Amino acid sequence: MTNALLTGANASTEVPLKRRLRRAERTRQAKALALVLPLLLFLLFTFAGPIAGMLWRSVEDWEVRQVLPQTVAALASWDGKDLPDEKAYAALASDILAARAAGTIAIAAKRLNYALNGFRTILTSTARNLKAVPEPGTAKETLGKINPAWRERATWTTIKDAGGPITGFYLLAALDLTRNADGAIVAAPPDQAIYRDIFLRTFLISLGVTVLCLILGFPVAYLLATLPPGKSNLLMIFVLLPFWTSLLVRTCAWIVLLQSKGVVNDSLLWLGFIDAPLRLIYNRFGVCVAMTHVLLPFMILPLYSSMKAISPAYMRAAASLGAPPLTAFLRIYLPQTLPGIGAGSLLVFILALGYYITPALVGGAADQMISYFIALYTTETANWGLASALGAVLLLATVLLALVYGKLVQGQQVTGGMKN
Amino acid sequence: MEAGTVMPAPALVRFSGIQKTYDGEHLVVKNLDLDIRKGEFITLLGPSGSGKTTTLMMLAGFEVPTHGEIYLSERPIKNVPPHRRDIGMVFQNYALFPHLTIAENIAFPLSVRKSSKAETQERVSAALRMIKMESLAHRRPGQLSGGQQQRVALARALVFNPQLVLMDEPLGALDKRLREQMQLEIKQLHETMGITIVYVTHDQSEALTMSDRIAVFNDGIVQQIDRPDALYEHPVNSFVAHFIGENNVLAGTVETVERDYCRVALAGGGTVAARAINVSGAGASTSLSVRPERVAIVPNGSSGEGPNRLPARVQNTIYLGDHALAVLDVADNAEFMVKLQPGAHHSLKPGESVFITFRPEDCLALDPV
Repeated sequence: MTNALLTGANASTEVPLKRRLRRAERTRQAKALALVLPLLLFLLFTFAGPIAGMLWRSVEDWEVRQVLPQTVAALASWDGKDLPDEKAYAALASDILAARAAGTIAIAAKRLNYALNGFRTILTSTARNLKAVPEPGTAKETLGKINPAWRERATWTTIKDAGGPITGFYLLAALDLTRNADGAIVAAPPDQAIYRDIFLRTFLISLGVTVLCLILGFPVAYLLATLPPGKSNLLMIFVLLPFWTSLLVRTCAWIVLLQSKGVVNDSLLWLGFIDAPLRLIYNRFGVCVAMTHVLLPFMILPLYSSMKAISPAYMRAAASLGAPPLTAFLRIYLPQTLPGIGAGSLLVFILALGYYITPALVGGAADQMISYFIALYTTETANWGLASALGAVLLLATVLLALVYGKLVQGQQVTGGMKN
Repeated sequence: MEAGTVMPAPALVRFSGIQKTYDGEHLVVKNLDLDIRKGEFITLLGPSGSGKTTTLMMLAGFEVPTHGEIYLSERPIKNVPPHRRDIGMVFQNYALFPHLTIAENIAFPLSVRKSSKAETQERVSAALRMIKMESLAHRRPGQLSGGQQQRVALARALVFNPQLVLMDEPLGALDKRLREQMQLEIKQLHETMGITIVYVTHDQSEALTMSDRIAVFNDGIVQQIDRPDALYEHPVNSFVAHFIGENNVLAGTVETVERDYCRVALAGGGTVAARAINVSGAGASTSLSVRPERVAIVPNGSSGEGPNRLPARVQNTIYLGDHALAVLDVADNAEFMVKLQPGAHHSLKPGESVFITFRPEDCLALDPV
């Protein structure tokens, strides 16, 4: 003991002590690492990998580069101010002929059509009508004759912009932005500008569901934390019951309950409260009800754990110091549940942001959330770039929220430590 | 505190026929009548489950009496909610609000009473000065030691000048040295501020150190209420004699009663003279109570007759620093303690036969245990 203290106090021997500590800890750390390694690898392959892939796809631009390589190379030196020179036209003609032979025209046509409506027709008609490599010096004229679009600057800037290897096109599109022919970032045309609305809708629905969960969950969590153990265990089973039922089943149950000939409408009609069935489903109301039901346990459980840690002595102390029940609740109880409120709200909000099945089943066309569109682009139209970009924007928003929450919770912990 | 006041102070708190049951079968408090005077430091002392904490909680308003009425300044308060009783309370685990600073904790009772900002500030800083913690005003409770938290809890319960301060085993979580220091500090506060304190503890030495009067609880009944010295010197029954201080018990049967004294035949042989405190008459069984410091050991064969002289065998001796104890086998009691002067234990050998003697007035005949 004395020896160790002396060694520690002596500055010249401090480094060896640290080294000895590291050596002593090394085997333990290696063992710990070996234990978590399977999970780490699993997460790497199923989580980190796909996310990195998604982020890459949101900026990757390979189609045009692969199908029209000579054109992309020829346009590299083009300043974009005027029509490109004869060399670029010749390169395009030879690329198109090669792509037609390889059957890859459609790949580039699809990509270019995202950026400029009608590009598919331009490219396919050109491919159809271009019989052979034009004579040297006549490529510009030949192509212009086949399709006058080749005499427009916008056609060429579109190819240059799509030349890759990386692009901001999809990310801009996800935010309803685009580049005009001069390369400046401008608002997308109104018929394409839908994602901001969808993001806003996604956030509003998530926020509404979070608020509903908080309002409904707070009293339940309070009951759970204050009832005697026997009763609170029973209540806890009811809270957890939804966890043991499939999401699909629960959502379908809401369809049965809320449809126009469903249980709720029939009951209300029978009781004479209404004359015609209310529209309770396939609208925003149905989405909020079903999502709140599904997500409620995620609010209740963090709230419960934070409330369980609050000793009933605090409320008694507040009362003995002269605080009426409401004051005591607002000034003593509520602030101590803030970490739980934060954790629960964040959990519900983030889960709600990614909701897909429930809105798809019980929502109308105007209630589809962003994940519906991500699914649409990946499974229906195979527009991976836009799907990834939408995913990346959603991920960014979620990460920002999590960071803000982390900051808040950290502040709480520094200031809110207690002994009991 | 004036010494030797003749007029008793008016009762600040009066418990009148209080009964309390939680389950409808067992009474936790049975028929409690208790007066607490203004400016008094009264301790409710008893083992756990004796009803002392329940009594305190009824006074604070957190429990409702099943029967009877409690008066505070002549006003019945059974239906007054806790926050309107104007009673300060210090809890067992301090119950400082963890999300508020020390200063905010102390300001809490003032701010719920809507006192002005200037006055609040003034009284909070006075309270912080009182507990000598001005420099820690902006810390959180979690950053303080147990003793510091205790002081803050005390300041918070006193800062709004309540009529009455209740303390529920406030020192239970502290170590011995700190506990003794806090006992003195609380006692000092009581004397300088002239507040009325109702204190609950199961620690009899704490009760003896601090209290003006002690109410000894057992089994839901107040066994005796008296000054600390009176409780020690004149316990009314075996429970009080046993609970307060060290005590030797000898079982026996009353032979004769003569005015205040009686002769008792011990179950283990021999007769002694004792003060008749709680015996029904000749033929009744009784428990004799003798304090260890009131017994003398007489070496075997020495001359001199005492009125109560009993043969004893030394079991062993215990050295305790400032004094020593001899454990003797006397009559049917194999753990009869006798307090010795320091050093005297050297002359006693285990197994040695000796005599013990004590005065009849130091031996109390009480109810049988």
